[in-house]
Amino acid sequence: MRLRLSTGPHLHATETTRSLMQDVLIALLPAAVAGIYLFGERAAVLLAVSVASAVLAEAAWQRLAGQPLQVRDLSAAVTGLLLGLNLPSSAPWWLAVVGSVFAIVVVKQLFGGIGHNFLNPALAARAVLLTSWPARMTTFFLPERLVEIGGASAAQFGDAVTSATPLAKGGTAIMDLLLGNVPGSIGEVCKVAILLGFAYLLVRGTIGFHIPVLFVGTVALMTWLLGGDPLVAVLSGGVLFGAVFMATDYTTNPMLARGQCVFAVGCGVIVTLIRQYGGYPEGVTYAILLMNVLTPLLDKWMKRRVYGEVKQHA
Amino acid sequence: MTMSVSGVLLFMVSCVLVNNYIFSRFLGCCPFLGVSSKVETATGMGMAVMFVMGLASLFTWLVYHYVLVPLQLTYLDTIAFILVIAALVQFVEMFMKKSMKALYNALGIYLPLITTNCAVLGAAILNITESYSLIEAVLNGVFSAAGFLLAITLMAGVRERLESSNIPESMKGFPISLVTAGLLSIAFMGFAGLVK
Amino acid sequence: MPKANKPSLRGVFLNGVFNENPTFRLVLGVCPTLASTTAALNGVGMGLAATFVLVGSNVVISLLRKFIPDKVRIPAFVVVICTFVTIVQMLMQAFLPPLYDALGIFIPLIVVNCIILARAEAFACKNGVLASGMDGLGMGLGFTLALTLIGSVRELIGSGSLFGMNLLGAAYEPMLLLVLAPGAFITFGLILGGINAITARSQKKKAAKGGASA
Repeated sequence: MRLRLSTGPHLHATETTRSLMQDVLIALLPAAVAGIYLFGERAAVLLAVSVASAVLAEAAWQRLAGQPLQVRDLSAAVTGLLLGLNLPSSAPWWLAVVGSVFAIVVVKQLFGGIGHNFLNPALAARAVLLTSWPARMTTFFLPERLVEIGGASAAQFGDAVTSATPLAKGGTAIMDLLLGNVPGSIGEVCKVAILLGFAYLLVRGTIGFHIPVLFVGTVALMTWLLGGDPLVAVLSGGVLFGAVFMATDYTTNPMLARGQCVFAVGCGVIVTLIRQYGGYPEGVTYAILLMNVLTPLLDKWMKRRVYGEVKQHA
Repeated sequence: MTMSVSGVLLFMVSCVLVNNYIFSRFLGCCPFLGVSSKVETATGMGMAVMFVMGLASLFTWLVYHYVLVPLQLTYLDTIAFILVIAALVQFVEMFMKKSMKALYNALGIYLPLITTNCAVLGAAILNITESYSLIEAVLNGVFSAAGFLLAITLMAGVRERLESSNIPESMKGFPISLVTAGLLSIAFMGFAGLVK
Repeated sequence: MPKANKPSLRGVFLNGVFNENPTFRLVLGVCPTLASTTAALNGVGMGLAATFVLVGSNVVISLLRKFIPDKVRIPAFVVVICTFVTIVQMLMQAFLPPLYDALGIFIPLIVVNCIILARAEAFACKNGVLASGMDGLGMGLGFTLALTLIGSVRELIGSGSLFGMNLLGAAYEPMLLLVLAPGAFITFGLILGGINAITARSQKKKAAKGGASA
């Protein structure tokens, strides 16, 4: 079992990739279960196809390249699951296959495999799918079953909503947002499930709290400054899912805590800017990808104080 | 013609992020791929391009509107522009060597390479086809070059990181650089629509 | 180079198309390659335009090679190249306006296409007229071939058609990314990598055969 090259300073040296990935998979379980409960068997099929094709793509690549098979480290399974959870339940199965293969082969393996990709594979694949089949990626169904606690209803959304990850309109009950009674990608709608996973990762020490908290906090602050409702901004769209599961990917965020803080704040700023001024209603995917791109420079510049300031990415 | 501050700001966002010369227009790809293996040299190249592109936009615009148009020789614009740029680069090099020693030491080696940088000629031609005013033309030159600077610096950061990676033999060099540029370009698509 | 080693015209031609293919082997002229391969036909158009300029400039520079002083040779080459580019630009504008619009700024930018200056510097100013013309033709067609290949792949996957003909039917949902900017970089990179892999494999085979027979 191989250790990742760019581990964060908070990691114990004895942890293997497999046990890390196992923790991430367990943490993703509540979101996946909630997604399947809300969106029905379509969601289950999509998640399964997504995971299976990611694992198969990884195995096939390693076989063809004559490398030792490493799918048992579960990293491909995590990528597949993350991608699946980022798809709308209306997506056809082949979308999951194309996305998983792109994530594993082009974003990960071509760059040297695990620990060497500079973008989050699942997010890069999601961006590819969003660009290639915009209508497919932005047709969201209202959950088949609503979680009825406290009598909140999400009926105002109608049957299918065609827009990028719908951001809640003013009147939406916070409870609906928390429980997932809103249209959206499979894994991102139920915030309670995401928070459950977050708590698990914190308890296990898999991730630190600073990246998600700073990310979400920046979104709240920026939205408030721009005159929006910070709580709705944080609880709608993919912010919470992205902050907990995507921005915390060891390989694609800075190595030092200082850099990670800049990374998280940068994500929050870009998300808000894209939401407010951009061509897409939601910007979590691109915000994290853009900060992934900046990460090597953050690592380089944070080490040497001479270049200290990082204003490059306004 | 004057532009408001917010107009200039929007123009800058458009040139640097939305319509980035490398990631959406494919101008200046040769130096972008060729001089991006180290962050320091990439930044130097970017700075030099910014300097020359601003000046080149100014002079080619003047030559077009005050020489070619009156003489009805506008069909000779390509040849006139390339000569202006070549002469300008020569002149800048000599001037820098004499009176701006520090700057010359930093940027000097990149200057000869810029004559054949299609981004500079591209900016000069676009200034005319988009019928920019003189101020817009110079701003376009400087901001577009700033976008080039950003692109090549980010690229160099990623490429430095890739040095320690076990990239498949047949992808080493240009192929992986191109794929990297493609992935950067995907990330930059997030800026789409920031400026209408 | 001694005269005895002078390659045949056929050799010069094939060298440009395959062994030293400007796109896949020398990786020159990246900008037009990326910009003009959104569809197969655009690739062909850009390739042929560049071929015309290459042959013309190679022939003229070869003719003038004894008269151009060494010190001003680069500006002189550029002026010659520029003349041919302007001719192509005017011809296309007059006779192929759709293609002219599709290739846009990259027609005048053929001037700074490094393939052309590189061939002037590396071949035309040292060789005879016929050989130089042949070198231009080989390099130009090599460039055209490469652009057509990349353009075909991008058009087929990105629009579901080839040379404008719908091949994949209505059920196929084209992968838009391929005809957009990121698709240009990624497709070119993957094709280049693929060609490297194929070449390496065939060389390995050759070496293995050579080793066995020796």
